[in-house]
Amino acid sequence: MNDIITLARWQFAITTVYHFFFVPLTIGLAFLLAVIESFYVKTKNEKYKTMAKFWGSLFLINFAMGVVTGLVQEFQFGMNWSNYSRYVGDIFGVPLAIEALLAFFLESTFLGIWVFGWEKVSKKIHLASIWIVSISTILSAFWILVANSFMHEPKGYVINNGRAELNNFSELIKNSHLWVQFPHTIAAALATGGFFILGVSAYHLMRKNNEEWVTTSLKLGVIVSIIASISVAFLGDIQGKYLVKQLPMKMAAAEAIWDSKDPAPLGVIAIIDEKNQRNSFEISIPKLLSFMSYSKFTGKVEGLKDIQKDYEEMYGPGNYIPPVTISFYTFRLMVGAGILMILLSILALYYLLKNKIFEKKRFLKLLVVGIMLPYIANSTGWILTEVSRTPWIVFGLLKLDKAISPTVSKAYVLSSLLVFAFLYTVLMLIDLGLMIKFAKKSPDLRDKKLVKEEEGSLWI
Amino acid sequence: MDLNTLWFILISVLFIGFFFLEGFDFGVGILLPFIAKQDNERRMVINSIGPFWDGNEVWLITAGGAIFAAFPNLYATMFSGFYLALLLILAALILRGVAFEFRSKREGTFWRTGWDYIIFGSSLILAVLWGVALANLLKGVPIDKTMNYVGGFFDLISLYTLAAGLAVLILFIFHGAVFLSLKTEGKVREKAESLLKLLGLCGIFASVSLFILTALTTDAFLNKLSLAAAFLSMLLLVLNWYLVIRKELKKVIFINGLIIALGISALFIGLYPRLMVSSIRSDYSLTIYNAASSHKTLSLMSKLALTFVPIVLLYQGWTYYIFRKRVTFKELEY
Repeated sequence: MNDIITLARWQFAITTVYHFFFVPLTIGLAFLLAVIESFYVKTKNEKYKTMAKFWGSLFLINFAMGVVTGLVQEFQFGMNWSNYSRYVGDIFGVPLAIEALLAFFLESTFLGIWVFGWEKVSKKIHLASIWIVSISTILSAFWILVANSFMHEPKGYVINNGRAELNNFSELIKNSHLWVQFPHTIAAALATGGFFILGVSAYHLMRKNNEEWVTTSLKLGVIVSIIASISVAFLGDIQGKYLVKQLPMKMAAAEAIWDSKDPAPLGVIAIIDEKNQRNSFEISIPKLLSFMSYSKFTGKVEGLKDIQKDYEEMYGPGNYIPPVTISFYTFRLMVGAGILMILLSILALYYLLKNKIFEKKRFLKLLVVGIMLPYIANSTGWILTEVSRTPWIVFGLLKLDKAISPTVSKAYVLSSLLVFAFLYTVLMLIDLGLMIKFAKKSPDLRDKKLVKEEEGSLWI
Repeated sequence: MDLNTLWFILISVLFIGFFFLEGFDFGVGILLPFIAKQDNERRMVINSIGPFWDGNEVWLITAGGAIFAAFPNLYATMFSGFYLALLLILAALILRGVAFEFRSKREGTFWRTGWDYIIFGSSLILAVLWGVALANLLKGVPIDKTMNYVGGFFDLISLYTLAAGLAVLILFIFHGAVFLSLKTEGKVREKAESLLKLLGLCGIFASVSLFILTALTTDAFLNKLSLAAAFLSMLLLVLNWYLVIRKELKKVIFINGLIIALGISALFIGLYPRLMVSSIRSDYSLTIYNAASSHKTLSLMSKLALTFVPIVLLYQGWTYYIFRKRVTFKELEY
């Protein structure tokens, strides 16, 4: 039984991380494409159209992967977690259905118009289409986070007929967990888009491609990256403070703090001995955790052991401490990547204002590598969020071991895990290859290719 | 009418939308490698469904979400029960989705032909498996008293369910061929048109067989309305064959829609008020009552669905209007 849970969790982890590898760029780039095309419609400057087409081609390669990996997300609750689906479907299904009805239809239909409609609809309708796509990607994120927030802090439900039923829809939406999580996620998505544009433009500059569309893209990238990476950190800080109060176990695990302390130090590195519930080695900065939690250098931060005791009283015997090592290090990776993003974008702004960015070849190279930073932060952020909810699937309501499908065999779960992992890995490699290929190409060159293609050649 | 019945109808409507819309793009996908030999022809075939296929697929995703919200027990039983079938469906949907985007991104015979056959194979598998899956809801599968599916993959395969899969497959190919006849030009169009008579005839045979097998293996036709819908859809297939000969293809595609709507209706009316029949004991079957969400959820979702489904229909209809013209070789820009 335990093995099935592990396998099912691995499947969920792999499919979610893969899915969220593509989603932030979709959200970020859709918004930036809408901004770029707005400039085009306003100024009628062809450079913006070139930009929209260039970034659009990259957007689409990425979008396809986001869509198909999302399919699995929707169906695997029923496949692997059928008891969970029965228990919370009354509530949890609602945001998922609304997401499809409100966001997916808009997104897919208007993206079709945007891609195929350059010559078929008026400029304004074409522009409206990409704005609708952008809004629907954000709506989609909103509804999925409504569902996810319910898992962290169930609101608006009542236990009835042996399951959680919807009691108050507006409480589900007003869930404060959602309102700290959603802005943080969207800012992260914008940062992903910003760093992507920044890095790819930097690549073209390195190759001495100084065309106007490149420099304008670079500027846009710098502005978006700096705003988004500072916001994401600021919003993350709010989220952190919120979690210390609302879900202390989560933050205690993320900080690997076993015993309550006042003031509490912030661990930078730790060797965590989960078995004996202690850190066998740690380097920490005094008082900093208290400061991060309460904005002052005193204040008690509760440790894992104390919270465990509280939870035992509230929820009965059992282990309520999530995997601490994973939580601790994913948190540090996320924050570390976030700090580097801020530094990198400030530096980029500085060089841009000094008009030196075009000569700094090494720095441009750094910006290309910088594309990876938001990806690291996005993935580790989600791993932290989900892992630190253990042992709960819905906090306080349902534990993971009660949530899986009772009649699905281990062989089935293993086979689907392998199929998805294999398929995703292969497709991801292909996708990356295509992204790199198209990111390197200059838009003008590609147009010529298309003309050649039209003449047609023979295929079997 | 109670909310449970309303949701039963809404979910059948979502499936009708999915089968009618995605039906032709599955059909187009299956025909792709055979009907178009040159690369620009294949591009034309893909572009004919390019603006639509993703939006069409959302009907399925919405049906999935709606089942989760309205009938969580159906969602849980069906998806955990049809596990391997669903795994295949998902793998096919994934491959198909990226194939449309990836195929033209590189040149080279191997790359493009490879993706073309992936589009073909995945469309084929999806058409057959959806037929098999839906037929199983009606035929009955081993569901125990805790609502859990206790059979294996091969419990889903029988003469009846395969016949349903085959019928869906043939109808989709027919549907796709009509669509291509209307939306393309040149040799592709000629080839598509030349297939119609044969496909129409196969469609008639397949649906008659399915009709007889449904009468023999299921209790659907005890409901006279289900019988009437199924019978009418057969008659319309004959009418369609006649219209194909008279080359009135625009009518054919709409009547195809009607045939699909009637076929799915026959299935769901035959099921009503059950959602999934248990072959172990009839009172273990999932029904629109024991599988449903609470009254509050159903009523909230009803308001949302009754508002937004018509809006979706409007703007999706509008896209079909924008891209109503034939795809020509001159405009293969994407």
